[in-house]
Amino acid sequence: MGAVKVIINKELKVAFNSLLIYIAYTAFLCVTGFVCWFSGKNIFSSGQASLSNLFNVFYWTLFFLIPALTMKSISEERKDGTFELLFSKPIKTWQLIMGKFFAILLQVVICLALTLPYYITIASLGNVDHAVGFCGYLGLILVCGCYISIGMFASSLTPNTIVAFFITFAIEIGFVVLFEFIAELWGSGFMAALFTYLSIGEHFDAIPRGVIDTKDLIYFISVIIIFLALARHYICKNRF
Amino acid sequence: MDVVVENLTKSFENQKAVDSISFKAKRGEILGFLGPNGAGKTTTMKIMAGLLTPDFGNITFGDYSIWKQAGKIKSIIGYLPERNPLYDEMNVIDFLFFISKLHNIPKYKITSRVLDMIRLCGLDNDKHKQIGELSKGYRQRVGIAQALIHDPEVVILDEPTTGLDPNQIFGIRKIIKEIGEEKTVILSSHILSEIETTCDQVMIMSNGKIVANGTTSELRRKSDAEYCLKIGIKGGATINIHEALNDLPGVLHIEIIHKQNFELQCKPDVEIEKSIFNLCQENNWYISELTPVQTRLEDIFRKVTQNE
Repeated sequence: MGAVKVIINKELKVAFNSLLIYIAYTAFLCVTGFVCWFSGKNIFSSGQASLSNLFNVFYWTLFFLIPALTMKSISEERKDGTFELLFSKPIKTWQLIMGKFFAILLQVVICLALTLPYYITIASLGNVDHAVGFCGYLGLILVCGCYISIGMFASSLTPNTIVAFFITFAIEIGFVVLFEFIAELWGSGFMAALFTYLSIGEHFDAIPRGVIDTKDLIYFISVIIIFLALARHYICKNRF
Repeated sequence: MDVVVENLTKSFENQKAVDSISFKAKRGEILGFLGPNGAGKTTTMKIMAGLLTPDFGNITFGDYSIWKQAGKIKSIIGYLPERNPLYDEMNVIDFLFFISKLHNIPKYKITSRVLDMIRLCGLDNDKHKQIGELSKGYRQRVGIAQALIHDPEVVILDEPTTGLDPNQIFGIRKIIKEIGEEKTVILSSHILSEIETTCDQVMIMSNGKIVANGTTSELRRKSDAEYCLKIGIKGGATINIHEALNDLPGVLHIEIIHKQNFELQCKPDVEIEKSIFNLCQENNWYISELTPVQTRLEDIFRKVTQNE
């Protein structure tokens, strides 16, 4: 675990030394703040202190934010040749991947922590079930884990960061929108059930309502592991 | 720690980059890899650094083999890649701390090791600068510092002075010589003067094979099978002089360098100076220059790499 910790520290240091993360945080808070408090469908319009609206806004904003955080993660290492430097040190590929994954996840967790004032405001406006609030944040972190692993996989495919951004976006759309749409087209039967199962929304919907099912947890963890394993495969394959 | 390479072979898509090479690098010695671009130097070094796996053959660092103790080997070698990739967005000192932590250097030693490296590589004034802001020479120093930070037994430097100005080259050479006194240093270059001044042992590679191997003086002695002279003869037509010189006994090759100046290669046992003198006397020509040429590493290099 030593090397993983070293990579996490280094990644966080580099991230918080660059402007990108602050721009990303500002953009995230501006967008979520606007949608939550000022837009036509703001929290006040529903007349009740509902958290699901809040988590829905976070869910969609993170959908756009995370590809921007992950696009550089592996492609830039390959472009700059720093893999050659790293892999001549006593570090294994999986340690590097885990380090980068947790570093980005921590950046997202900090971003979500910055939205706590929203939560506190809603809680002070009416009765809020804090267990539901906790589940909502947990669900968001799990979804973010999936987005990050998809982003890192896309980043491992190409040395071009912009291409990595769009590949992440395309895979995310598949998981968030397309699979649900295909399942609806199929109507019923095995294929419909399969695509429904593959859709991230299907698994996320219940969590902010306070229902944590092991089936959903297994789904999220499997997606994370599969995409990180694929990223590892592509790093080893085209390392130099 | 001695490094022994045995029958190392590596191919990329049917092209042999390294073709069954064997050599030994001893502790306290600087071994120089010399060769034209694409000769297989970088591939050999990447295999030694554990970045590529050979198709065949073995490398042992002391008692450790690349097939069995690859992880252990990475902690006893220091490697400077050819492109010298660094994290431009980090500052020098943070970068060196990061590398020392990757090497698992004990916490209480890290600061002193980082400061030692900064001093050794002359980075004192730039330690807080971002790596992206450094000049090429200073980047190279950071590259060498990261390769040496864990006090490795074997140091592998791939073209450490490429693209540097003469002052920077002098600085880097000084560092290499210093570390070469205690450790096994393997460096590659296609700059001959660098190898000639820095290395104790020279290996010339071409098309993936070792075409010459030995100390600089050994290589020079081997190629002294030919004796080389620079001659200037005046007082006649160039073409006549050229023909007459060519007809002298023992002359192997003659080349017109400039107007009536020639470079002549002959067997070492014939008294060529006497024949030339007699020739000039017969034809009423006179000698304007007669200089024996010592074989330089450059000539050996050219000869062995062109024959391939």
